[in-house]
Order: sequence, then structure tokens, then C-alpha cells
Amino acid sequence: MLTACSSDASTGGGGDAAPVDASSCTNTIVNADAPLVSVWAWYPAFEAVVDEFNSTHDDVQVCWTNAGQGQEEYTKFSTTIEAGSGAPDVVMLETDQINSFALRDALVDLNGFGAADIEDDYTAGAWADVSAGDGVYAVPVDGGPMGLLYRQDILDQYGIAVPTTWDEFAAAAQQLKDAGAPGVLTNFPTNRDGAAFVQALLNQAGVEPFDYDLGESPTGLGVDIDTPDEVKVLTYWNDLVSKKLVANDDAFTPDANTKLVDGSYAMYVAAAWGPGYLQGLQGGSEGAQWRAAPLPQWDASDPKQVNWGGSAFAVTSQARDQELAAEVAKGIFGTEAAWKIGIEQGALFPLWKPILESDYFKDLEYPFFGGQQINSDVFLAAASGYEGFTYSPVQNYFYDQQAEQTASMARGEITPEEAATSIQDAVDSYATEQGFELK
Amino acid sequence: MTSADTTLAAPPAPPRGAPRGAPRRVSAHARRQRWGWFFVAPFSAVFVLMLVVPLAYAFWLSLQTKTIAFGSTFTGLDNYVKAFTDPAFLEGVWLVTRFSLVLIPLQMLVSLVAALVLDALTSRFAAFARLMMFIPYAIPVVIGALMWGFLYSPQFGPGAQVFGLFGLDSPSFLAPDSIFGSLVNVVTWQWAGYYMIILFSALRGIDPTLYEAAKLDGAGAFQTAIRIKVPLISSSLVVILVFALIGTLQFFTEPQILRAVASGAISASYTPNIYAYSLAFSYSQFNYASAISFALGVVVFLFSYLFLFLTRKRNGVF
Repeated sequence: MLTACSSDASTGGGGDAAPVDASSCTNTIVNADAPLVSVWAWYPAFEAVVDEFNSTHDDVQVCWTNAGQGQEEYTKFSTTIEAGSGAPDVVMLETDQINSFALRDALVDLNGFGAADIEDDYTAGAWADVSAGDGVYAVPVDGGPMGLLYRQDILDQYGIAVPTTWDEFAAAAQQLKDAGAPGVLTNFPTNRDGAAFVQALLNQAGVEPFDYDLGESPTGLGVDIDTPDEVKVLTYWNDLVSKKLVANDDAFTPDANTKLVDGSYAMYVAAAWGPGYLQGLQGGSEGAQWRAAPLPQWDASDPKQVNWGGSAFAVTSQARDQELAAEVAKGIFGTEAAWKIGIEQGALFPLWKPILESDYFKDLEYPFFGGQQINSDVFLAAASGYEGFTYSPVQNYFYDQQAEQTASMARGEITPEEAATSIQDAVDSYATEQGFELK
Repeated sequence: MTSADTTLAAPPAPPRGAPRGAPRRVSAHARRQRWGWFFVAPFSAVFVLMLVVPLAYAFWLSLQTKTIAFGSTFTGLDNYVKAFTDPAFLEGVWLVTRFSLVLIPLQMLVSLVAALVLDALTSRFAAFARLMMFIPYAIPVVIGALMWGFLYSPQFGPGAQVFGLFGLDSPSFLAPDSIFGSLVNVVTWQWAGYYMIILFSALRGIDPTLYEAAKLDGAGAFQTAIRIKVPLISSSLVVILVFALIGTLQFFTEPQILRAVASGAISASYTPNIYAYSLAFSYSQFNYASAISFALGVVVFLFSYLFLFLTRKRNGVF
């Protein structure tokens, strides 16, 4: 196997730039003669998806590397962009990062590579998230439409109904505490890793923090954070936190993970990848009965669906063969076979319509949820109702500021109004300093 | 080299008896110098390529400004002016300064007491204790910080169990008002053993006859320690002080690791190094990050120089 790898590295590269070295791939190359396209990604069960792609393609092979999850990968990618070399041909990005990298000319506009042909394969919201102005900078892969995961056993024990509005949700939190439950209803994280979650909650109430169009005016940026809607949502959660009706634990830490599964939180306000995340955690309590319900609403008569996370494949400006790289970006998750692996082994939520709208996906029963068809019950409606969100090119700075100010608020140091104003001021002055004109 | 040159230049006219002596010595000297360069070359190459060139490049970067929207322009020292008026940077510098003021005396006291005690003991237990105290230093800093992250955890940490016995909530070691002390504890745990070894070996180097003399003069063990041992190892104390000072001003790893579990307490600009890291890799401001790094370098240099100046009578090393 080793000799096969080293021999094809010299002949299989194709392009005139330094070819991808097959020995650097995590996966095994099936067709040694085909040119290689390097891919950075951290999807669960991705190796099986890559193998599926490689064994069904003679003309191109994927060379996969896991360069870290989220920020870890972006740090490496950002450095290769700055250095001018070392980036992969295709990179996995969460949708909130696309504008930042597109503005740095790190990504290739896929309009020249058949983006229009696949637009109909995705929902409007998903397509909006990978587009900036007229440009299309990535191919959507998985999404994070939001819902409410809850412990049926705990709710039954304390006689609590599943809330459909945020008012009912707050009442349920009070009810749970009054009943003397040892845990709380849910967690409101204020750390950096929880910032995207808080942003989604804010967005549901109508907060559109950024107005940005890369195609039309790459240096114009509208920042609209200090709004009544923002204050409303922050006040809502701040009240729950200060009355100790919900926890204020840092998200994605061992502590919060343990509390997620040991019954300390009766509910998990989650994205569609949440069920997969839950199942991957160790030490769940005996007899836990997880169920899923739609996300509570501010106004039940006018429901608004939001998205948390989700990712896409982008072709980098350093790609050796952009056309081939675009083929790979479009093709990896462009088959039912690949998606069945992604859904069943990786618990991904597909954005590719042929599988998203299939009966297979709609009727899929999840043993973890006691056989509930969570897609048709919750997430399909959430995904189709999602209209897209405008991320800014200063997204990381914004997340840091939002996390710092909301954390300060949750500690009782500042009011929700002051938090909203501080975030607005900080982002305003940073954006100005970076040469943006505030709209 | 300079002394060799002066001796060569010294004889004004070669004595008659040895007309060819001087030229031969020059060529031998030149040959030796060539070999010297040859032996130094591998180090110099690595030094220049891995240290001087990157530093020069980073300095060059720091003289330019690249905004997300406008690309790169040469702006001279603007970034430095900005750095030294940037509240995030200045607060970071103030934090590491306070940190040094608390941590360094504590660390030195712990390591000095430990070294003196171990030096006075001669049992087998002493060797074992020495090893045990040194072990934290052998643990990689990242692993050590992760480990402490778990120990501080309100959910898994021993605090939860101990306080749970009395039905109390564990104190939160990772909260904003307690993170400072928690970090001091981690760093002391990690480094005190290492400094103890430095002091201990210095103590072992003291001539034992001095102890006999002290004993004859009627000094007890405590007096010997304070009046004989400590003054004699003062140059080693200065060395560890400078190590600790430079290390603390460049504080990065422990807070960066604990940030993942205490992000409310440790911001993106908690220490100057974390700030430089966030700027470069999270906000893509490589130019300003370079300027912050150099600005920090200036601060470290100033502190170290000031300190060495103040202790110039005691330090025999620098």
C-alpha cells in the first residue's frame, strides 16, 4: 500500500503546481492514476464519505485531512492565506466565516464553475448563506435549523407541558424550580463558543446585526445591534439567569456536556446537529427519554425559524485546479449514498434537496428519540422556514465582544441595555478602524 | 580575539632572531579563525534563519497596516503609537505586571524554602521529595493546564466533592474574580520545582568548610541558612527571578488553555501575548499583531534591564 501511494504521487498530480502528496492523505487513495484534490474537513464519519466518493470516481480523488474543528482549522487556513501557500484545494467552512474569507480573496467565486446548475438543489436560506452579493463562495453541506430537545421523563415527573412560546418557556422554568427539581430548565451560555447560539436566539426576535453585501460594496458595513429586539432577548435570558431558573454554564465544555446528559438541564435548545452531539456524549442518565419539539416562538402566530451553525465546502484561491476542486466541492455530498452515511453515521442535517425532501429522510425514525421522526416533526419545517442570515466580515471580533458583554451581564455587572450598547460601540469602532464605512 | 590582536600588534619590529615568526603566527591565527567560523556556521545558519529573519520580517510587518477593507500600506510607527495607547494592550500589560508582583515573590519563597529544607535533609526521603517536587515541571504546560482545568471544574473537581459533603456549592475557581489566584496557583505548581532544583544545585556548590566555620562561631541551622546559604546563592536567585519575570510577562499558555473553560473570565486580550494571538489568528490582523509582539518585547526588555540594573551588585551572571 505504501509503495502504491508513493508511486502515484509522482505521476498523479496532474497540474503544473506542486501536486498533492498522496502520503499526506488520511484516507486511502483508490484510483492511483487520478489527480488528487486536497480537502480539509472535520465532519463525523467523513472518512466513509470520502471512500464512497473515491471508489465511484476515476477522474479525481479526494485527499482528506482533518485540520482541526472550527476555529482551529480557520486559524490554519487564515495563516496559509496570509502566507500565500499551504492551503488545501477545498476547505470546509461554517457559513458565518464565508464573508470574512471571501473578502480576503481566499475563496473562489463558483459562478464560473456551474454554481447556477446546483442552486435549485438547495433551499433559498441555505443558498443565501453561501452567497455574498452576486458571488457564490461555497457549496452548502449541512445545516443547523433549530428546535427544542427535551427530557420527556423529567417533564412528566414535574407535570410540565412542552412550551411553544418563550413566555411558556419562562413559566416552565419557574414551574420546574417551584416543584423542587434538582436541575434547571436549560442553559444560557455566554462564552465564545456559545456566541453563535446566542446570535441565533437574537435573530429569531428580529435582530439583524449586519447589513453587508460583498459584491455591491465590500467596504460598506451596517451594524445594527443596539435595538429594542436585542434588549428584549437579552433581558429575557438575563431575568431567567438572575432568578437561577436557567444555568449560565460555558457551552461545549466538559461541565456543560455532563449536565446536558445527566438531567441537570431538562431541555436543550439545539440545532439539527444537536441530536448527534448528544448521542456522542458519555455518561447519560438511566431512563432518559429524549424528544424533540419545534423551537419556542416570540409570537406563535408569526413563527420565525433560525439556524445555528451549518457548514459548506469552499474552493480556495490557492487550488491547483479550480475546476476540479469545484467538482469535488459539489460532488462529495452530492449523492444519496454519501448522505446516508452522513445522516446515519454522522447525524448531519442535509441541505441537499434530493435527500432533504426524500421520504427516506422525512420518515427516518431515531432510536435515541424513542423512534420519533424528528425530521418531519421538527427540523424539516424549521429548515424550510429559514430565510438566511447576513454574517459580517468582522464576525470573530463581534462574537468575542458579544460573549464578553453577555457574560458581564449574566454576572450582574451591567444591564442588558448596557450590554447591547457596548457591543454596538465596540463593533462600530473596530469596523471603522478596519476601513469599513458604516452604513 | 581582541587580546590576541593586541599581542600581535605589540612587537613594533620583529626581533632579528625570528624573522618569520610573526607572519606564521598571523596565518595560524587566521586559520584558527576560519575553523572557528566553520564550527559556528551550523548554529549561525539556524540562528539567522529561524530567529533573525523571522524577527526582521515581523518587524517589517509591524511597520505596515493592512485593513480588512483596504489592503496593505506602509505606515511607519503608527502601529506602535496605536499599541501603546490601546487600552486592551495596556490592560494586558498591567495584568501581567500585577501577576509578576504576586507570583514571583511567592514562587521564589516556595522554591527557596523547599531547596533549603531539602539541602538540610540527608535522608532517602529527601531525594524522593526532590523528585516529586520536580515532576510538575516535567509535565507539559498544556497538559498541566488542562489537568487544572478539570481540578477547578465545579462539576468534576475535588472542590465539588469536598464542599458537597457540607451541602455547599463548590467555589468557582474559574470565575472572573478568582481566576487570577487560580492561575497563580497553576504557574507556581508548575515552576516552583524547577526553580527549587536550580537553587538546590547552587546550595550543593557551597564549600562545606563555610558551614563548619559557621558552626564553630555558634550559628544554628536557621542562622546558617539565612546568613550563609542565602547570600551565597543570591546570583542563582537573580537568575530565577529574571527567568520568572520574562516568563510571566509573556504569559500565554495557561490562560489560553483555561480560556476554553473560563472564557467569561479570560478575554481575548487578557495578556499581551493572548491579544497578539487573537489579533493574528482570529481577527487576521497580522501587522498589528506583530507590532503588539514587538511592543511586548520592548516592555520585557525594559523590565528586565531595570531589574538587572537594580540588582547589579548581587548578580554575578549578567
